[in-house]
Amino acid sequence: MISVSSVSKHYGDFAALDDVSVEVESGSLTALLGPSGSGKSTLLRVIAGLEVPDEGTVILEDRDVTRLAPQQRDIGFVFQHYAAFKHMTVRDNVAFGLKVRKRPKAEIAAKVDELLGIVGLAGYQDRYPSQLSGGQRQRMALARALAVEPKVLLLDEPFGALDANVRAELRAWLRRLHDEVHVTTVLVTHDQEEAMELADRIVVLNAGRIEQVGAPRELYDAPANEFVMGFLGPVARLGDGLVRPHDLVLRTDADGIGVEAQISRIVHLGFEVRVELELAGEAEGSVYAQLTRHEAEQLELHEGDIVYVRRDGVKSLPSAA
Amino acid sequence: MTTSSVSRYGIRVFALGYLALLLLVPIGVVLYRTFEPGVGAVWDSITTPAAVSAFWLTIEITAIAVPLNTIFGIVAALALVRSRVRGKRFLEALIDLPFAISPVVIGLALFLLYGRQGWLGPTFTNAGIQIIFSVPGMVLATIFVCLPFVVREVVPVLREIGDEQEQAASTLGASRWQTFLRVTLPAIRWGVAYGVVLSVARAIGEFGAVSVVSGKISGETITLPLLVENRFSNFDLAGAYAASALMAVIALAVLLAMTLLQRKGDAR
Repeated sequence: MISVSSVSKHYGDFAALDDVSVEVESGSLTALLGPSGSGKSTLLRVIAGLEVPDEGTVILEDRDVTRLAPQQRDIGFVFQHYAAFKHMTVRDNVAFGLKVRKRPKAEIAAKVDELLGIVGLAGYQDRYPSQLSGGQRQRMALARALAVEPKVLLLDEPFGALDANVRAELRAWLRRLHDEVHVTTVLVTHDQEEAMELADRIVVLNAGRIEQVGAPRELYDAPANEFVMGFLGPVARLGDGLVRPHDLVLRTDADGIGVEAQISRIVHLGFEVRVELELAGEAEGSVYAQLTRHEAEQLELHEGDIVYVRRDGVKSLPSAA
Repeated sequence: MTTSSVSRYGIRVFALGYLALLLLVPIGVVLYRTFEPGVGAVWDSITTPAAVSAFWLTIEITAIAVPLNTIFGIVAALALVRSRVRGKRFLEALIDLPFAISPVVIGLALFLLYGRQGWLGPTFTNAGIQIIFSVPGMVLATIFVCLPFVVREVVPVLREIGDEQEQAASTLGASRWQTFLRVTLPAIRWGVAYGVVLSVARAIGEFGAVSVVSGKISGETITLPLLVENRFSNFDLAGAYAASALMAVIALAVLLAMTLLQRKGDAR
């Protein structure tokens, strides 16, 4: 288990972390999610020992490591830009942690081959990092981090530098790997979709503070505040509340509940149809509603039509203001 | 031929002509004059006791000054790029000082400091160590003038590679020393190598600073550049040419050795 208590970190006047406390269960995959500058990377680096907090403690598996160097923490760290050792072959990169621990050569060779098999780089032993693609380099970096059998695996935006399709592929692969290896993993990301797809639990950070911690669905369905709601998915402001665009219901006839609006644009995105609306009266403003293709066809909507918008059920968040 | 290719060739001819006039022609003349009296005469000229002594002294001074400067250069570069100490600007300016000051002034400064009437001179003399008019002073002068080369070559390389690889090594359990040997040093090795080549060339050829502190005792404190000057002022032109050629050969040998090492290192 990772236990971070009351950690603060300042850079000059800027508070990167402001009294942050969070716990990560053993064997889980937790995502630290937030916009840039929210402190998510700093928190990860504090756990790794790459940054020393001004205040607070970090406990890894019942051991207070706050003042320990990264070398002594039994961690694996994966960087956004791979941090591959450019002058070493793939084999030497993965073997690095074992070599500095002076393990027997035969053991190192066996372990390296096993790991390269797991990450799908068998046969690439003698290549140099410059001869690998971005995705391959990041898988090599993962194998390198896993080689020392860390108690905790820390990933700092590991897919941030990759193309969209490679990223999607590696995400699925990482989740499968985690289900096999079950090492306690903390992943930093600014991509809410990545966090929702990969993580068991999400920690949402903003401006150096934790906004909410919970399972992906919990956060999506019951966000603690407007920031969390807005960061986890698109929102529409209807009257005095925020609502997900897919929770908006459109009617072509006035029913007394809905807010009057004029359709400014209809965008067909395959399965999803996005209806952009200009609200009339007190509500005033523009929102968009997400409809399924089927719903849109049933309503026979056209640009310029007047419709009545209301929220579906109770899934709305009362505005804090 | 288009106008752009005319101007391109024009620039090339100008650049090559400029180089030839300034570098190749004088060096060519030296080599031509050297071998004009015949190879035997050259060999005799560079195997006189004075020449042999100058050769070995030059090698000795270089062999002491360059490794010391290399170690200092790497440490200073790491301090400038990686550490968060204050006064980096000052340290950087200090390291560049030997570039800014005339070598003769450096020699004079050493003379004032370690000479018989200098601040530190008597202390060393009492301890039985003679610095001025002796090899230690010449080594000091050489170290001083070669100081910036390795630092200047390594600093940009360190900046470029960044510290992520070093951080990765530390998370993998490597100590600072292991990280330095296994990650940092291999990454900066060509910067270091180039700095060493420049330092060697300068150490072999240094005249001004070494001249002031050497005292020019024949067979004891005469290096190759001093020998060249010595022979030149004694109207032994052939001898001066031969000694010059010997210096050029040493410099070329170092350059060649480094190039070969680099080839070997990059053959992958």
